[in-house]
Amino acid sequence: MTDLSTIRSRRETRDRWLLLTPALVILTLAAMGPLLIVVIYSFLTPGDYGGVEWQFSWTSWFNVVAERDFFTEELKLADAHLTVLWRSVKLSLLTVILSFLVGFPTAYFIATRPAHKRDMWMLLIMIPFWTNLLIRTFAIMQLIRNHGTINMILLGLGIVDEPVQMLYTEFSLLVGMTYVYLPLMILPVYASMERLDFNLVEAGYDLYATRFQVLRRVIFPLVKPGVVAGSILVFVPCLGAYVTPRVLGGGKQLMLGNLIDLQFGQLRNWPLGAALSLTLLAVVMVALVFYVRAIGREGESDV
Amino acid sequence: MIEIEGITKTFGEGASAFTALDDVSITIQSNEFFTLLGPSGCGKTTLLRTIAGFLDPTRGKLALDGEDLLSRPPYQRPVNTVFQSYALFPHMTVAENIAFGLEMLKKPKAQIKATVDEMLDLVQMAPMADRKTAQISGGQQQRVALARALAPRPKVLLLDEPLSALDFKLRKEMQLELKRLQHETGITFVFVTHDQEEALTMSDRIAVMNLGTIRQIGGPRDIYDHPAERFVADFIGDTNFLQAELLDTTGEAARIRLGSGAETTARAAPGGPGAGGQVTVAVRPEHAAITGAGGALLPGTLQEVVYFGTDTHYHVDLDCGGRFVVRVQNQPGHMQPREVGARVGIDFAAGIGQVLKD
Repeated sequence: MTDLSTIRSRRETRDRWLLLTPALVILTLAAMGPLLIVVIYSFLTPGDYGGVEWQFSWTSWFNVVAERDFFTEELKLADAHLTVLWRSVKLSLLTVILSFLVGFPTAYFIATRPAHKRDMWMLLIMIPFWTNLLIRTFAIMQLIRNHGTINMILLGLGIVDEPVQMLYTEFSLLVGMTYVYLPLMILPVYASMERLDFNLVEAGYDLYATRFQVLRRVIFPLVKPGVVAGSILVFVPCLGAYVTPRVLGGGKQLMLGNLIDLQFGQLRNWPLGAALSLTLLAVVMVALVFYVRAIGREGESDV
Repeated sequence: MIEIEGITKTFGEGASAFTALDDVSITIQSNEFFTLLGPSGCGKTTLLRTIAGFLDPTRGKLALDGEDLLSRPPYQRPVNTVFQSYALFPHMTVAENIAFGLEMLKKPKAQIKATVDEMLDLVQMAPMADRKTAQISGGQQQRVALARALAPRPKVLLLDEPLSALDFKLRKEMQLELKRLQHETGITFVFVTHDQEEALTMSDRIAVMNLGTIRQIGGPRDIYDHPAERFVADFIGDTNFLQAELLDTTGEAARIRLGSGAETTARAAPGGPGAGGQVTVAVRPEHAAITGAGGALLPGTLQEVVYFGTDTHYHVDLDCGGRFVVRVQNQPGHMQPREVGARVGIDFAAGIGQVLKD
């Protein structure tokens, strides 16, 4: 009896591993492998025409935050890198805030529609999301460029005398990224909003809470997991955004993604590119830890 | 005192329009336990939600102690609701739930704490104060919902089928508990239910509703013993309906001739016809007795005997057509006296039957 059950459990374990194998192979080859290569490359010396020399070096990691003056050999902070890093984090956070400010009311609006109409509204949110990223970015460009729709209207109405410079500024990046990643905020917020029991909202009103108090004390705490998830979903791709800053920043407003691209491309410094990529990964990990902690606290308080 | 005057609520427009409340007028006294009773879809919950402020009526007036309520949003009405689903805030503890209304009213901290403690004691939930609402049982959630609604000392407490999710025994307990709370707090309770027994047990007065209209308002005894019309008689308790000829009416007494040819008196329908024509008479199963066939009001044949533990039901096919059920309470040592197929008679005292309006 015992033997039989041991055999069975052993067989079950074996089957489980067998079933997991395809996933494990893909994970190893597609995720772990490349990551390992990036880690190794970041500790090597750059080759003269791209690629790497197999010689151990800390230089690229050192170069992420500091640089040696070309002439005086004096050590100083790598202003350029830090500026880009700071701009990336700042713009990503601002994009999160902006998409929350737009996405939260939108999700609330959809969640409060009759059930059969919600799908239609969600489809309207999703259609742009399914459109090619480049096309959407160029659409924003068409709106905000000097001879674009907004400026033509402003000029036509006589509100401004000359076109407002919006393209190639941080503002244009912010608008572009918010537009591009907004659905990633709306979806999780809507998902938790849809599960919200609207009797609770009525209970709030019934217990003398004004609209704002109901929002703050009842609705927001209950959809917070969705807001946190949405924030992470927006923050992570923003941090590594490449296309949007490239098109709307016009090469002036570099973000981390563009900096990494530069290292691997024109500047032919693969180890520095690898080190910068890992820096980006680290920032994302820190953000994720915050996320897991926030959710963890929710979970604990529920038990 | 709540004055509801000509409240009408229509949902939708045009051909698909649905009238949930049709010209409803009720006056509910202060400190009264008032029940809105009716089948689902009769408009009782719509009326409750109108009083709470979650719905605006299409027409009509609503006043509490002489002050108009309709112009105020729900959060400015001194009215609290116990929701059918309880609607406790899942992200707050039991104590925080109870404190919520008081906090919104910006009461001083010390007073909030004192009231919360008092409420916890009142509903016997003090040991659970720091639990989350998901960690307590249905009956306990019910108590917390009650305490939360009572804590701000509303003038009126609205209860929307609050006991329907509880099992039978707990429901019985809570019925008495609610009655006690109403008595102790002196707050007007407006209670919505589709359970006639619940309504009869707890209420000072009952309004029976159907299809968005009030069919009858009265005390539990009034409604049970003297239903005004077929719907009320049928909805509350079991009833035998007899066709009879109305001979004449003197005051509350109506002389009727039953299908068997026997004559007796029944209670006249208020506002009904005085004399002449066919009427329906309602007789409760426990108000009639089963006798020998000779000399009884309604002779017939015993078709079925159903034993219920506390009582026995005798189903009799009347000679004049139709079936009549008599309920007899079982006594210790009592034997079933009659065989199925036997000739029996049905008797009820003068004035027991109720002539219905329709």
